[in-house]
Amino acid sequence: MYSTKIVKAENSSAAVQAIGSSKEGKILAGGMTLIPTLKQRLANPDCLIDISSCGLEGVEDKGSSVRIGAMTKHAAVAESSSVAKAIPALADLAGGIGDRQVRNRGTLGGSVANNDPAACYPSAVMALDGTVHTNKRDISADDFFKGMFETALEEDEVIESVSFKKPEKACYMKFPNPASRYAMVGVFVAKFSDGVRVAVTGAGEEGVFRHSDLESALSSNFSEEAVSGVEVSSDGLMSDIHASADYRANLIGEMTKRAVSS
Amino acid sequence: MAEVSLKVNGKVENHEVGENTLLVDFIRETVGLTGTHVGCDTSQCGACVVHVDGVSVKACTMLAMQAEGSEVTTIEGIGSSEKLHPMQEAFHENHGLQCGFCTPGMVMSAIELVSKNKSPSEAEIRDGLEGNICRCTGYHNIVKSVQAGAEKMGG
Amino acid sequence: MSEGIGASVKRKEDKKFLTGKGKYTDDINRPGQVYAHFVRSDVAHANIKSINTKAASQAAGVVAVYIGEDVAADGIGGPICGWVVPNRDGSATHEPPHPLLAQGKVRFVGDAIAVVIAESVEQAKSASELVEVDYEELPAVANLETASSGAEIHEGMKENRYFDWELGDEAATDKALQSAAKVVKLSVRNNRLIPNAMEPRSALAEYDDLGGSYTLHTTSQNPHLARLILAAFMFQIPESKLRVIAPDVGGGFGSKIYVYIEEAVCIWSSKKINRPVKWTADRTQSFLTDAHGRDHINNVQLALDESNKIIGLRVDTVCNLGSYLSAFAVAVPTYLHGTLLSGLYDIPTIYTNVKGMATTTAPVDAYRGAGRPEATYLLERTMDAAAREVGMDQAEFRRLNFIPKDAFPYQTAVALQYDTGDYEPNLDKAMEMIDYKSFEARRSEASKRGKYRGIGVSSYIEACGLAPSAVAGALGGRVGGWESASVRVDPTGTVTVFSGAHSHGQGHATTFSQIVSERLGIPNANVEFVHGDSDKTPFGMGTYGSRSLAVGGVALSKALDKVVEKSKKIAAHLMEASAEDVEFKDGKFTVAGTDKETAFGDVALAAYVPHNYPLETLEPGLEETAFYDPMNFTYPAGTHIAEVEVDPATGVVEIVDWAACDDFGNLINPMIVEGQVHGGIAQGIGQALLENAHYDENGQLLTASYMDYCMPRADDLPSFKVECTNTPCTHNDLGVKGCGEAGAIASPPALINAIINALSPLGVSDMSMPATPETVWRAIQNAQARAAE
Repeated sequence: MYSTKIVKAENSSAAVQAIGSSKEGKILAGGMTLIPTLKQRLANPDCLIDISSCGLEGVEDKGSSVRIGAMTKHAAVAESSSVAKAIPALADLAGGIGDRQVRNRGTLGGSVANNDPAACYPSAVMALDGTVHTNKRDISADDFFKGMFETALEEDEVIESVSFKKPEKACYMKFPNPASRYAMVGVFVAKFSDGVRVAVTGAGEEGVFRHSDLESALSSNFSEEAVSGVEVSSDGLMSDIHASADYRANLIGEMTKRAVSS
Repeated sequence: MAEVSLKVNGKVENHEVGENTLLVDFIRETVGLTGTHVGCDTSQCGACVVHVDGVSVKACTMLAMQAEGSEVTTIEGIGSSEKLHPMQEAFHENHGLQCGFCTPGMVMSAIELVSKNKSPSEAEIRDGLEGNICRCTGYHNIVKSVQAGAEKMGG
Repeated sequence: MSEGIGASVKRKEDKKFLTGKGKYTDDINRPGQVYAHFVRSDVAHANIKSINTKAASQAAGVVAVYIGEDVAADGIGGPICGWVVPNRDGSATHEPPHPLLAQGKVRFVGDAIAVVIAESVEQAKSASELVEVDYEELPAVANLETASSGAEIHEGMKENRYFDWELGDEAATDKALQSAAKVVKLSVRNNRLIPNAMEPRSALAEYDDLGGSYTLHTTSQNPHLARLILAAFMFQIPESKLRVIAPDVGGGFGSKIYVYIEEAVCIWSSKKINRPVKWTADRTQSFLTDAHGRDHINNVQLALDESNKIIGLRVDTVCNLGSYLSAFAVAVPTYLHGTLLSGLYDIPTIYTNVKGMATTTAPVDAYRGAGRPEATYLLERTMDAAAREVGMDQAEFRRLNFIPKDAFPYQTAVALQYDTGDYEPNLDKAMEMIDYKSFEARRSEASKRGKYRGIGVSSYIEACGLAPSAVAGALGGRVGGWESASVRVDPTGTVTVFSGAHSHGQGHATTFSQIVSERLGIPNANVEFVHGDSDKTPFGMGTYGSRSLAVGGVALSKALDKVVEKSKKIAAHLMEASAEDVEFKDGKFTVAGTDKETAFGDVALAAYVPHNYPLETLEPGLEETAFYDPMNFTYPAGTHIAEVEVDPATGVVEIVDWAACDDFGNLINPMIVEGQVHGGIAQGIGQALLENAHYDENGQLLTASYMDYCMPRADDLPSFKVECTNTPCTHNDLGVKGCGEAGAIASPPALINAIINALSPLGVSDMSMPATPETVWRAIQNAQARAAE
């Protein structure tokens, strides 16, 4: 790891200030992606801004939605009784990210801000019509994710929390990459009174995306048969040594069916 | 350089180290406890698992400064050769180790696993050890060890 | 007695590992130590036009920067080849040089170009980034199939071929194929693997300028061999001036047999800068530079007569040995592979041709099983295909062709003579363990759940206990195959064993103590075990090829014979009897027909305090050494049966049951044997389902971390049912055969055969390794498409 400076921010505005006064500062949340990146010398920030003391942890039931602090660890979401009650699928998703040690350190905000194309959380934010709350503004999920590792976040912006709408029914089905255990395909299906949202992670060349054909089929008939009636195209899906686009397309259909029937 | 102060196995360790020092290097090089191992660069093998404030973490994916003020427990801190921790004892009795390199991390993960789930099933143990890779045992006897360890720990 | 041979004694070595007190190479530090980091090629094949180290030399903390020219100037040689074979045309194996640091050319991604030595690891890494290398890129040769027409990798080596070797009777075999009632043909690929011992390689070298001697701590399976090669062949220094210590070693699986360039560079530079030099691989370097395993393509033709008996076998193999010839790379696909092609079957004629190819990839050498898994895989896949083609049950087809138990010793058509064996009991037992006869009911039940269920058999034999030296030498080996052990009895009757074998997970301290305990009648706790230090142990060959017990354990047994023999003479003197009348049992010497007795401890004391002692005929002291060179290999054999369920929607294979029944001869510690089998099976399952070293066409390794190279984890595997039968080895004193590699040898074909069996109702008859979900899903899709046509 290159040498770097570490600043412990007391609150998010101090964090933003620290970023502003650094050359290439980076926010350090759980560090589950950032620290391995630094160890392999793939990044050389002059400053890391540790936001663990910014008071950004916790789960709050807001009635029609659940708001979770950006620094809330995956394990805390997985074990939260209010998440389990409001959106059990979200608790399940959090409980399946990485391994036990990753869940003990990794954070919601870190995962969402990084927008790894194979991360689990972005699919939940998308499918649960989420809102990303930053120190500056609220960004809807549909506007937040801008393609692989790209988000709408600006340089002087820190995620403070994320809100998830409570669905009538939801399920996340993950087909893990056997090596990395990231999602090779992850499908989050959420049924709301006004329709179904289906978000897919792990598969798209541009990162997480909503599958409109599956959404419209399921909105009119929430059943496995409706999924079978959709030809999932491999266009725009990733092909790599682990899985071809064709196979990923098959998995999208299959994971959607399993999510619907669970 | 920065001053880092934390407790390792109950003893205060106050040292001036580079700000980019990983917790695992702090434990191995600065404190000199070499039971915590490094087996990969991508936070997957789990040979470096320690407990920080009671939860298991991969010490290779945490900066020493992030553990400032914390209580760190390593494999050296859970039992002694005269009085092994029940989980260490279970690994010994069930031949849950061969070359020993993954063992410290495996034991530290297993202890946390059992602290959350007092009598885990075989499937829950296998799932709970996802973050620890062993190349020697085929996990068969590790699973048996964790089951036995859970019983000994009062599950 | 309960601590002796055959008891599942808990391991002595456990406590230090369980409490974090193990001492692996990277745990050791020396005062004044500096750190080496290697500048490695990031292209697969290139001429080096220039290297500029100026900026690196001036960087913070840098002590020295060296390149290939510096090595050449000091006349330091590279690693040598420990085994060569003759070509079909009588010429010799091509042995290109392997420089410590590149001399004008790089041949794989990871090839070392320069070493930067600095006060800290991070400083060495930072400075390494300042070394500028100007390449003239050459075409990569990454593909085994087309390697022979690729760019020349080594000067003057035609068609990138190291050797072209044959074994067996080609004319007779081709005649059998022509006259056969049926010829079963199969082409299989044995996928390339990366060993991945959990402890990355590491070396710490120190030079003592007063004595002019070096000490190397290193991650080695055979420190004496490392010392011999480093001192005599690479450095040309007196062997006695180099001490090699392999302390606790975190797994090897073959990858730590060889001398690697990093160890040599640490030794060399420790003298140049007169400071201890340490290097530890990170996992990425391990992936790039540890010797890989397997990587064969085998074309098989099996001839059957009308009664479905095998009458001949021809196997044509090309194998990928990578950019340089690693120490035992040549032996693996030839003498550890070609000679095993008879399996446990009665095959009158066999012919094999093996072409060893160079590519611009990491060197390939022995990995758990080494040649024998490849032989077993091609044979057991072919046996499975043959049974299907002739419409016989897979188990019964094997039974029909087994070498009958009254045919031993059995001379195979490929040089080996099996001393003993009885193969049907293993098959029967494994079938019983997995309830083979009820399988079809389970298949139907699974089918109702939408799953394809399959069962696969693999019967294997291996040649272990490497090796009879004379045979090895006649076949191209440049080393001996013996092992050594010393037994030092202390005046109080406690014992220290010094072994030339090396334990890196196998539990030698426990099993070797059990042998002593059994033979001398002393408690296990009174036996200490020393290994892994060239200054302490007698010269030994180390641990590989399931040889520690079958060769090293027998050497210990022979040393104990000498101790007992001398002890009897001392006891005879003490009891005023004739040595011939002295009996030794349970730690006591008695005189036949009398009530005289004396304890082992009293004899030991007399040996060191020889006040009442036959000094005129017997030396004082009680310490004996034995070197044991076996007469033959040992031949463990067995049957593994796997049962799987395949999910057609995703292609996911679930292993629902596994039964293994192995014949390892006599067992010293059944608990340790079972553990070895478990680990071997897991590595075999890894090969069959998960693992694959993937190079792209540019020679870039795409699976260079655990993000992409799929290691078996706890939730990938089931628990295993493991049992043993026993036909003791006939030619060693312990009747033991070796068990370390069996699991990895037996398991891949069992699993692949089970998957094919599951999908055979769809018409699937082939499956490649690793059988990833997509591979399996695609096979199902293709079969369904064919059926729809």
